[in-house]
Amino acid sequence: MKTTTKQKIAFSILFLCTIIVVLPVLFVLGVIIKNGAKGISWQFLTTMPSDGMRQGGIYPAIVGTLYLVSLSIVFSLPVGVMAAIYLNEYAKDNLLTRLIRLAIVNLAGVSSVVYGLFGLALFVTFMKFGVSILSGALTLAIMNLPVIITASREALASVPYSFREVSLSLGLSRWQTIRHSVLPFAIPGILTGAILSLARAAGETAPILFTVAAFYLPNLPVSVFDQAMALPYHLYIISTQIPNISIQTRYATAFVLVGIVFTMNIIAVILRSRLRKKKKW
Amino acid sequence: MKLRQIKEFVIEKLIFLSGIASILFVVLIFVFLLKEGIAFFREVPAKDFIGGKYWYPISDPERFGILPLILGSLLVTFGAILVSVPVSIACAFYISEVAPVKLKDILKTGIEMLAAIPSVVLGFIGMTTLVPWVKKIFHLPTGLTALSGSIMLGLMAMPTIISISEDAINAVPKSYKEGALALGATRWQAMYRVVIHAALPGIIAASMLGIGRVIGETMAVMMITGNAAVIPQTFLQPVRTLTATIAAEMGETVHGSNHYYSLFAIGIILFVLTFIINITADMFLHRNKK
Repeated sequence: MKTTTKQKIAFSILFLCTIIVVLPVLFVLGVIIKNGAKGISWQFLTTMPSDGMRQGGIYPAIVGTLYLVSLSIVFSLPVGVMAAIYLNEYAKDNLLTRLIRLAIVNLAGVSSVVYGLFGLALFVTFMKFGVSILSGALTLAIMNLPVIITASREALASVPYSFREVSLSLGLSRWQTIRHSVLPFAIPGILTGAILSLARAAGETAPILFTVAAFYLPNLPVSVFDQAMALPYHLYIISTQIPNISIQTRYATAFVLVGIVFTMNIIAVILRSRLRKKKKW
Repeated sequence: MKLRQIKEFVIEKLIFLSGIASILFVVLIFVFLLKEGIAFFREVPAKDFIGGKYWYPISDPERFGILPLILGSLLVTFGAILVSVPVSIACAFYISEVAPVKLKDILKTGIEMLAAIPSVVLGFIGMTTLVPWVKKIFHLPTGLTALSGSIMLGLMAMPTIISISEDAINAVPKSYKEGALALGATRWQAMYRVVIHAALPGIIAASMLGIGRVIGETMAVMMITGNAAVIPQTFLQPVRTLTATIAAEMGETVHGSNHYYSLFAIGIILFVLTFIINITADMFLHRNKK
């Protein structure tokens, strides 16, 4: 066989494999939009569930998820950004730095349900926060740390070295240099990472199973020590634990969850591409 | 002047503390899993725990054998590897070496979207589409099988494997490929004779990280594999994984019971497993960089 024919066949196979990957994405989204969109109404989004979740809306689950992810980012963003600053601006190439890098790799790889166990053991039981928004948000925050550190570090590393040299040569201290000549240029990149981590936190179920999630609550949570309903957990229970719920309610709940997650992802992607275009150095 | 120095001192100390926070958290996770799980091994020897064939945590007498769960996890993971690894590597090559620039961006966005879909949503879609299909095609009493789990988990591992493999392929020096092309090789020959060898450590690392993700996956697998704690014989029967056991049973245990501790003991095993996989994968990646 001619080598060019071989190449054609090989490339076609590679293309087919790519289709196999992309097609399910379109399929999943298509199914959710087709079956879920008709179940969305203002009432569905803004009322409490009733009749054992079979009627009414998913308002408390949406609110719970928003509380959770907002509180988690409050914890993870400062620590994550400072960790990235340490790794990119201060750390030398030594054993400690290698250990930190390995730790980040491992944090990113720990099973989500193991995070749930950890949150249960540390925050719920040992620190006596109970099953609460605080415990869940802290668990999600630790889980999201690797995403924020990696994204922030990339953003810092993309700021040219000359920016630092100029600032340092003018007699500014190391922190002043970082504060005024590095951080401002890295902010959009850091923000992108933060939004992506928020999206991820919004969709996580296993870490919140034992730390915050409630099956059903008649009232909205009023403090961080309250339990809360959450959208991904709600989807899980209405699709596995409660019989005789209309399939449309399930799809509509999936639609809202995917909608929230994708909206955040799209914002992050747009931010990133704008940033790439604007960059002049 | 003095005040500024104090302020900077504090800030730089905080930065350092945040830097080492990741190490602290990994240690904390391990310590707290041990704290709750270690007591269990005083009741049940590790040998009986890992090798025991029966998981009856709430019957009388209780039996805590996780062999069916380990085999369930392994079976589903093995299936997911078959589903995801070859296709993902091919896809990574297509994106980085063959696809035109515009298509490349679209494909990359599509794969990012796949990674962004929450696992509980994939589990739900699996329940409503994949599971009935499996039931119908193979004429089974139930579609909640290891096969369904493998397909879904394979799908979930793909974005990880593709993006890290693609990085590895892109990191191969252009001169390698140009050398092969200058000697008269076609693009395809350059790809599978030269580029793939140089990128191999990265591709292996990518596959391992994908596998790590599969072993740790919880929600989707719990929703579509049927959760029967029996030693699996084929892909076409329900299985129960380690992760699904923790997630499904922790809510119903009594705090401080043997059952409660046993779930933490499973957590320890999962943690150690993913730890080993991640460290090994990182070694491959690091070697690649040198």
